[in-house]
Amino acid sequence: MISNEEIYRQLYTIRKTEETLLGLFSRGLLNGTVHTSIGQETIAVTIMNCIDRDRDIVFSNHRAHGHFIAYSDRVEELIFEIMGKEDGVCAGLGGSQHIHYKNFYTNGIQGGIVPIAVGAALAEKVKNSGSIVVVFLGDGTMGEGVVYESFNLASKWSLPVMFVLEDNQYAQSTRRDLVHAGSLSERARPFGIKTLSIDDQSFENLFANIKEVVNFLRYSSKPVFLHIETYRFSPHSKGDDYRNTNEIDFYKAKDPLLQFRAKLTEDVILRIEGEVQGRINKAVERGLNKLPLSIDKFLNLGE
Amino acid sequence: MKYVESLNFALSNLMSTDEKVILVGEDLADPYGGAFKVTKGLSTRFPDRVLNTPISEASIVGMGIGLSLRGFKPIIEIMFGDFLTLTFDQILNHAAKFYAMYGAEIKLPMIVRTPMGGGRGYGPTHSQSIEKYFLGIPYTRVVAPSIFHNPGELLIDSFSFNLPVIFIEHKLLYPLNLVDEDKEIGIENLKDTFNFPVVKVKNFTNKDPDIILITYGGISKHIFELLKILKTEEIWVAVYIPALISPIKFDKLDDLLTSLKICDKLLVIEDASVDFGWSAEVVSRFCNLGIHIERMGALNTIIPASKELEGEVILSTKKIYSKIMEIIA
Repeated sequence: MISNEEIYRQLYTIRKTEETLLGLFSRGLLNGTVHTSIGQETIAVTIMNCIDRDRDIVFSNHRAHGHFIAYSDRVEELIFEIMGKEDGVCAGLGGSQHIHYKNFYTNGIQGGIVPIAVGAALAEKVKNSGSIVVVFLGDGTMGEGVVYESFNLASKWSLPVMFVLEDNQYAQSTRRDLVHAGSLSERARPFGIKTLSIDDQSFENLFANIKEVVNFLRYSSKPVFLHIETYRFSPHSKGDDYRNTNEIDFYKAKDPLLQFRAKLTEDVILRIEGEVQGRINKAVERGLNKLPLSIDKFLNLGE
Repeated sequence: MKYVESLNFALSNLMSTDEKVILVGEDLADPYGGAFKVTKGLSTRFPDRVLNTPISEASIVGMGIGLSLRGFKPIIEIMFGDFLTLTFDQILNHAAKFYAMYGAEIKLPMIVRTPMGGGRGYGPTHSQSIEKYFLGIPYTRVVAPSIFHNPGELLIDSFSFNLPVIFIEHKLLYPLNLVDEDKEIGIENLKDTFNFPVVKVKNFTNKDPDIILITYGGISKHIFELLKILKTEEIWVAVYIPALISPIKFDKLDDLLTSLKICDKLLVIEDASVDFGWSAEVVSRFCNLGIHIERMGALNTIIPASKELEGEVILSTKKIYSKIMEIIA
């Protein structure tokens, strides 16, 4: 069992990395965009600590930093990647939304990676590897038809896919109830997929539930749909937030990261936060001095 | 051997020699064996590796990508080429992106096979040649065997790219015999710079050609008939037929450039509606040679169901004949 100190280190690393990225943007030091998951960190950390990262496979989405850090702890390479530097995890070519490392894959297209996750699960089932596949969706993703094709195939072919709906209530600026009919948590059940709804995203609650789900996937080789109620405190991307501030404050007061601090002493918290902050500051400093991939190398990839 | 048999044998060989090869698509399994019977018999021999899917083209290709990422060599059949539209996001924004955007750390061997073309009266949404929308996509290959190629060998060789390959089979070619030698027509195998075959067919020896043609895929059916007719009229034609149609890797071919020095008339032919097509790109490769270049393809309209009207819209041996006569006149 992983220690509370280590859990907090992971949660805080994601939060601080993303806050740092937003800060770099506001100072004009980053190009493009980032989608941050501030407020949603416990989901990433719980899932990555419940699966077997050596053999299980993760497909993420446009809001991938938290998933990636919890999966890999490659904070430095992520920062270099978003800075567009050669030493980034994908040589600076993918940036924030397009990352691959070991068994971790992301892409920036809503829902498009979901059938790919199903295909990966089919591959692992044919290989009899015992690996399971996790694929992250958002409430916005539930508007994409290919997701439902994927539900059908994963269920019909009995494939070990954990569909994780991180329902943060907003697709960019659009509230879920303005665009979705019926209940999002019921969307997979008609396909015969075991469904679990979780509205308490505290680490203990998520951990207890997800550990069990991972065991079910591993031994039944059947898909599961997890609907997790969450909320992002940060804007969709850099600074485009039109949500009611009272609403944001309501959820901030229930910040699962702050709640988790109650398990640790003040000394330990300060030590962890200092170490994490130092690590990130150093990575940023190193990254700013790094170079992008040369155009010659880019045009001759793999050679 | 027939075109369809060559593909079927190649699939069978691939599956018996490489357990990583998996077929995925609609109605592939026996006794049906695929809408054009390319996979006939395979589900009986390899029941676990021929996967009959629901009608979900995007997910079929998506699953192929997932299988490929995890070490398999999927061959996906899309029942009609027209349905590739439903797979476009998977191909353009996923399959075509992963190798480069992940920093060249992965391989993605996968083939999406599909029949294209009209002439069977299937009407506007089952007769098109829409490969032009898939041309020029970086880190993707488009292969289109003609009757002068060995389609099965091309299928096997398509895995050598370790990248997604769109494999275009013209529906009118399936029942035809492959042509690798002929008494009246010379057939020569050249190679493009990716080492993929470019077949040169000609209806003369020891003469200078009157016109050079460049074409691919289903047009080869017309070429075979046409070269014989033109021979009787003593009109000498050399035709270059690349198997790899995107990216273009045959434009620096010595043999072709030499021919274009001897003969200053070039006609580029494609099956699709002609505007914004493959032929325009090919023409652009030769337009600085100062020669007479033209292109032709189907009319820029839908492919009607009416047999008579369809015949007016798509290319025919007769239409190509007339165009050649017009150019050399």
